[in-house]
Amino acid sequence: MSALLERLAEARKEGNVARLAEAIPYARWMQIAPENGTGELLTRMRYHPELIGNTFLPAIHGGTLGAMLEMAAIFHLLWETETETVPKIVNITVDYLRSARPVDVIACAKVTKQGRRMVNVFAEAWQEDRSRPVATANAHFLVKSDADAPPSL
Amino acid sequence: MPPLTSKEERIALFQQWFSDNIPHSKALGLKVIGASRGFASMQLEWREELVGNPETGVLAGGPLTAMLDGCCGMSVATMLKAPEPFATLDLRIDYVRPAEPGKPVIAEAECYRITRSVAFTRAFAHHGDAKDPIAAAAATFMLGTKGKPNRLPLGDKP
Repeated sequence: MSALLERLAEARKEGNVARLAEAIPYARWMQIAPENGTGELLTRMRYHPELIGNTFLPAIHGGTLGAMLEMAAIFHLLWETETETVPKIVNITVDYLRSARPVDVIACAKVTKQGRRMVNVFAEAWQEDRSRPVATANAHFLVKSDADAPPSL
Repeated sequence: MPPLTSKEERIALFQQWFSDNIPHSKALGLKVIGASRGFASMQLEWREELVGNPETGVLAGGPLTAMLDGCCGMSVATMLKAPEPFATLDLRIDYVRPAEPGKPVIAEAECYRITRSVAFTRAFAHHGDAKDPIAAAAATFMLGTKGKPNRLPLGDKP
């Protein structure tokens, strides 16, 4: 996905990580974008009514939390590691800790283990209070070029 | 689930509960295509907005995550005697191959065990051939969440 890697190079030059989301239609549609205003790379999913999964509580749909944790992990790998290819997700496990209220969701990610081909990433999402996460995730990504990936990926 | 409803009626009912009435599922355009005891099936049409890689047109992981979560949740609901609130406890997804651009994705979920507190589900996403999956999922759900008293689900085996 050279467009995203080109966008990454531009974003690095400008020091504006938010540009990464522009290259991903799904991120635009979901209003998920990375930000680094505080010096820490975070990913924000802006609240909008289409995120709701439970109208009674109301609460944000669990699937969207999984999606934004996955995006947070990808943005982290692109921005914070020396990746030459777009990371390919192999799997993700999401733990739901609290129901997410209808406000913005913020996530951070960190690499638990960087291997030559495989990276293990942990991501955590919260709303107003960072000490009260709404969901966490662990994910594996292939980070080597296509030639080295298994044929299925 | 009321046992006397026809297949079409059941699907219409679950379409309302698990897609039309859930803003995010509605936004994805999830279509319920199967509903029977312990079993749920949904279809997601490919569309540009859901793409992760604009050069290949391959769907992002997110829409599949939301669909599989919703479909697993619906399989739990088919096991309940009376409506009861429940919430996803955890969800694991293995992305075994990329979804093909332009093709609709079908999810099939099974609730294979339900207890008073927890429901266990698994699901596959594919393009029509369940033997050639795009993604596999396993999700567990906590029953009787938020406010309402626990009711004994119909699916509880002695």
